[in-house]
Amino acid sequence: MLLALILALGGTMFLQKAFTPKLGLDLAGGTTVTLSPVTQNNASPPEEILDRAVNIIRDRVNGTGISDAEVAKSGDNIIISIPGVGQSEAIKLVATTAELRFRQVLAVAATQAPQELATNAPTPGATPSGGASTAPSGEPSGSAPSSSASVPSASPTGKALSSALTAPTPAASAPAQGAEDPTAKPAATQNGQTGQDGQTGQTGQDAKQQDGKKGQEAKATPTGQASTPPAQDPNAGIDTSGIDPAVLAQFNKLDCADPANRGQGVQDDPNKQFAGCETDGSYKYVLDVAKVVGTDIDTASAGVRQGTTEWVVQLDFKSKGAGEWGKLTTAAFNSPEPRNMVAVVLDGVVITAPVIQGPIPGGRAEITGNFDQVSATNLADQLKYGALPLKFNRSSIDTVSSTLGQDQLEGGLIAGLIGLALVLVYCLLYYRGLGVVAVLSLVVATVITYTAVVVLGHNANFRLSLPHIIGLVVSIGITADSFIVYFERIRDEMKEGRRTLRAAVEVAWVRARRTILIADAVMFIAAIVLYFLAVGGVAGFAFAMGLTTLIDIVVVFMFTKPFIALLARLKFFAKGHPLSGLDAERMSDTHSTGRTTTPQEA
Amino acid sequence: MGLGRRLYRGEIDVDFVGKWRLWYSLSGLLLVVSLAGLLINGLNLGVEFRGGSVFSFKAGNASIEQVRETFQAEGVHQPIVQTAGDRWRVTTETLAEGTTTQVQTAISKDYSVPADQVDIQSIGASWGGEVSQKAWIGLGVFMLAIILYLSMAFEPKMALAAIVALVHDLVITAGIYAWSGFEVTPATLLGFLTILGYSLYDAVVVFDMIKEVTAKLGHTSKQTYSMAANNALNHTLIRSLNTSLVAILPVAAILFIGTTLLGAGTLKDLSLALFVGMIVGTYSSLCVATPLLVTLKEREPKYQAIARRLASTGGGGKGSGGKGSKDSKSAAVAKG
Repeated sequence: MLLALILALGGTMFLQKAFTPKLGLDLAGGTTVTLSPVTQNNASPPEEILDRAVNIIRDRVNGTGISDAEVAKSGDNIIISIPGVGQSEAIKLVATTAELRFRQVLAVAATQAPQELATNAPTPGATPSGGASTAPSGEPSGSAPSSSASVPSASPTGKALSSALTAPTPAASAPAQGAEDPTAKPAATQNGQTGQDGQTGQTGQDAKQQDGKKGQEAKATPTGQASTPPAQDPNAGIDTSGIDPAVLAQFNKLDCADPANRGQGVQDDPNKQFAGCETDGSYKYVLDVAKVVGTDIDTASAGVRQGTTEWVVQLDFKSKGAGEWGKLTTAAFNSPEPRNMVAVVLDGVVITAPVIQGPIPGGRAEITGNFDQVSATNLADQLKYGALPLKFNRSSIDTVSSTLGQDQLEGGLIAGLIGLALVLVYCLLYYRGLGVVAVLSLVVATVITYTAVVVLGHNANFRLSLPHIIGLVVSIGITADSFIVYFERIRDEMKEGRRTLRAAVEVAWVRARRTILIADAVMFIAAIVLYFLAVGGVAGFAFAMGLTTLIDIVVVFMFTKPFIALLARLKFFAKGHPLSGLDAERMSDTHSTGRTTTPQEA
Repeated sequence: MGLGRRLYRGEIDVDFVGKWRLWYSLSGLLLVVSLAGLLINGLNLGVEFRGGSVFSFKAGNASIEQVRETFQAEGVHQPIVQTAGDRWRVTTETLAEGTTTQVQTAISKDYSVPADQVDIQSIGASWGGEVSQKAWIGLGVFMLAIILYLSMAFEPKMALAAIVALVHDLVITAGIYAWSGFEVTPATLLGFLTILGYSLYDAVVVFDMIKEVTAKLGHTSKQTYSMAANNALNHTLIRSLNTSLVAILPVAAILFIGTTLLGAGTLKDLSLALFVGMIVGTYSSLCVATPLLVTLKEREPKYQAIARRLASTGGGGKGSGGKGSKDSKSAAVAKG
């Protein structure tokens, strides 16, 4: 049985060619961020909300290009583990609860790097915001020119905002599809035309209202592309009136092709103008002060517009927000494009910038575009909750460099070895022959533990951390104790003098077994309680304790006991050799009865 | 015969139960002193409970003064500088994110450490509260689970005695922390919680033996519950001492490594709590849990009857004379 277990674990190790445990971040180096939800009266947030937050954070972390990051729930907390170093800044941004802002667009430009645009523009659907809806991704080349209906919205902002109170106006729905608009499709073409694409893509958006007849020159963007002469003045074609020069300068410098500039977590000041990028980096905007912010939203929901199959996102504003929203949309509607757009800014990034189809009083609005269920729900969630469905506190950020990790690993291992050695020496000195059994049992336990940790690491993503190592080292004592309980029982039985060693081994086992099981049960209860009520590293420690307790039982039952039974047949032990740990002097029970009872007499 | 030899041969015979007055007074005194320490000094809570940042880096060529100056130059008010070997650990108040980066850069410059080798741990002020809240819940749930389990496996009175001994250990360990000023971190709390397991583990083994021995007691038995319990205790004494030693050895190893190689940190905090707790736990399982159990059990009519009968016949029994008389004395006191 035991052999089978070891072989199974060892075999798995060999099959998977995995001989070393996977290390946790505190040993391998990396950053761990613990986020605690902030709720009213400290109530636990609902599981599903927490799960959603985990998913959003995971998206964000992955969106920053960090590989191998793990985002996991631990109780109410969310733990983000990011291996490697130098990521700390990016991590700090991850959990920031961003505010949602509605800002009127003052100026817009396509991203100036054509290559980037070519790769970015067609894949808005891949961004975490999902705001770009169903624009076909992964097809930068191909059938673009012929696409009439198959290119729903190459422009990531191919959406329109209309009042839900009014019936879908032709202006709202038809152009917003972008499908019939011949200028809306080219963003899906190849590089050679991409500079142009950027503009035409943008135009396509304009065309939703302007029907593509004007506006090309209004924001002709220098792209450095041969087909479009590079403009000397970066502001050419941009109506700079009313734009803060400082923000304009920022806008000109802003390179949305660089993902770093689309970084999440920029806390834009709602009372200032702002230069920001579209989530996929395809456009950059100058945005007015935020007249309406996320807290003005009462609720947002995704749904299918009645009588159609079109997914839309409906917005309801609170009373104050409704008034502001009415003013904002009126102002936008009465402005020339591109100022007829209102950008939804989240995390300092424009997630969508729909064209306003008309003044929207009454506090209800509807965003149309090429949504499917997923993207509509996603946008509705973002509008409703801001970045995260919960507010989080960064409870702890722990950066461990690889050197400190290395030091901790070495420290833990050295401590473990010293501890193990001390216990072994003590067992040998005190129990002599029986001590050998203890030593071998501990060795077996160590082998099982090691293989278990390796196999768990590669199959259940168990990562050995410092608390685990401490737990394992501390548990040496527990494991050794089981042997001590048994040995002492054997000696008791021998002392009573009634039994041969072979009989004593069996009788003592029955009694010791019960003690060992009860004691191990107590430890196991402790481990389980600690594990489930754990914060931070406690769970790891408890896990290690529970694991070793189980292994202890396995080893005692399947190795120690049979092994002793086997040894009891040997003359060396049965005759009470002085080095066996069962010698005559040791066993003589002169104290209580004066009778000298030795194994030899028994 | 020397003590060591007697220990080796398992011939030690200490009247733990009979000296219950001594133990109760000693424990009572320790409890009072501990509580006083907690009230007067309070616990030295680590940065995890106050909120703040911890910087850790390796620099062989620095002095405490230098390091402190580096931090103060960046506007840190109260840097607490600790060192172990060439590893430095500086605890600060909560810093703005910009300051954190500045300090990191300054350390990197002043001690020629690569910036990514400066470890930073920032902790929100609410973190420790959450940890300790969870710890209290954990403590409560654990005690409840243990009382239930021991009541089933043994009997309610044993569960009660074990839990009292456990609380005793926790209070005294906390008292030692209060008086010594050792820093309390989440790792320390974890250590405290683990002590629970150990303390009980030991008590469980002793109680198991007591249960076995006292099960034979009846009308005609020549032993009171006290005597039987004391015998059982002496029976398992070697095991208790061996167990404690074997458990403390690895912990001592961690404590040694944690203190000398790594300085403050999880290793040291956890092992220190365990080290202190295990020593207290060994004492309490011998001198508190069992005498308490005996005090509780001797109130039962069945055992009172035995004690009365033995007291009237002059006590004794089959144990050695001295011990027997002491035992019966203690039994009489317990009865009254």
